[in-house]
Amino acid sequence: MKQKRRLALVASKGTLDMAYPPLILATTAAAMGWEVGIFFTFYGLDLLHRQRLKNLKVSPVGNPAMPPPVRSLPVKVPDIVGALPGMPSVATAIMKRWMRESNMPTVEELLEIARESGVKLFACATTMGVMGIRQEDLVDGAECAGATTFLDFASEADVTLFV
Amino acid sequence: MAPSGIKPDQVLDCRGLLCPLPVIKTSKAIRSLAVGQVLEMLATDPGSKPDMLAWSKQTGQELLEVHEEDGVFRFLVRRTR
Repeated sequence: MKQKRRLALVASKGTLDMAYPPLILATTAAAMGWEVGIFFTFYGLDLLHRQRLKNLKVSPVGNPAMPPPVRSLPVKVPDIVGALPGMPSVATAIMKRWMRESNMPTVEELLEIARESGVKLFACATTMGVMGIRQEDLVDGAECAGATTFLDFASEADVTLFV
Repeated sequence: MAPSGIKPDQVLDCRGLLCPLPVIKTSKAIRSLAVGQVLEMLATDPGSKPDMLAWSKQTGQELLEVHEEDGVFRFLVRRTR
């Protein structure tokens, strides 16, 4: 075997749907024996935020890819309906149900798998400053780091992806 | 690959699970075996076949056998390292 491969990811989105891709890629790479680091920046930092992590939402507005709530009825929810109060909660509950019914782990469970398997969790220092987030607001294992630290890590990576 | 009759030392049931769980659970289970021992993993996700081939290539763990029957994939993996 060659030297360990390395994956460097940027997680820039803070919605429930977009929390999955970076965490699935990271945990899979770790399962293949790779070194993995994720740079959580801008809204992506919510994935490391103790409180916000528990309240990730998916928006039905401006999201034409959102599947219909009832899969057998291929009727999309119009933006104007999706914008009504309470609709993001409904969309979020539906997505959580799909994930549960497919035996998918929750975002918190995936993050726990990532941490257990040694994935580096870089919390973007600039985002913390701009949004007033402190180290104690973040989950255990989150390391405050700037773009320089991440780029240094990514410069040795075999695969680099921005999500 | 046809069934080889190799007896696994451990069986891991990942039927009904989607990516990334079969690969994550396999990599965890293989570490609980001794080098040389064989893990049998069962999965129903059609993506698990190419994924297990790729996982084996990346980790160096030996995929001895892949067999599909009635929508269930059966993988035999030998811990090599």
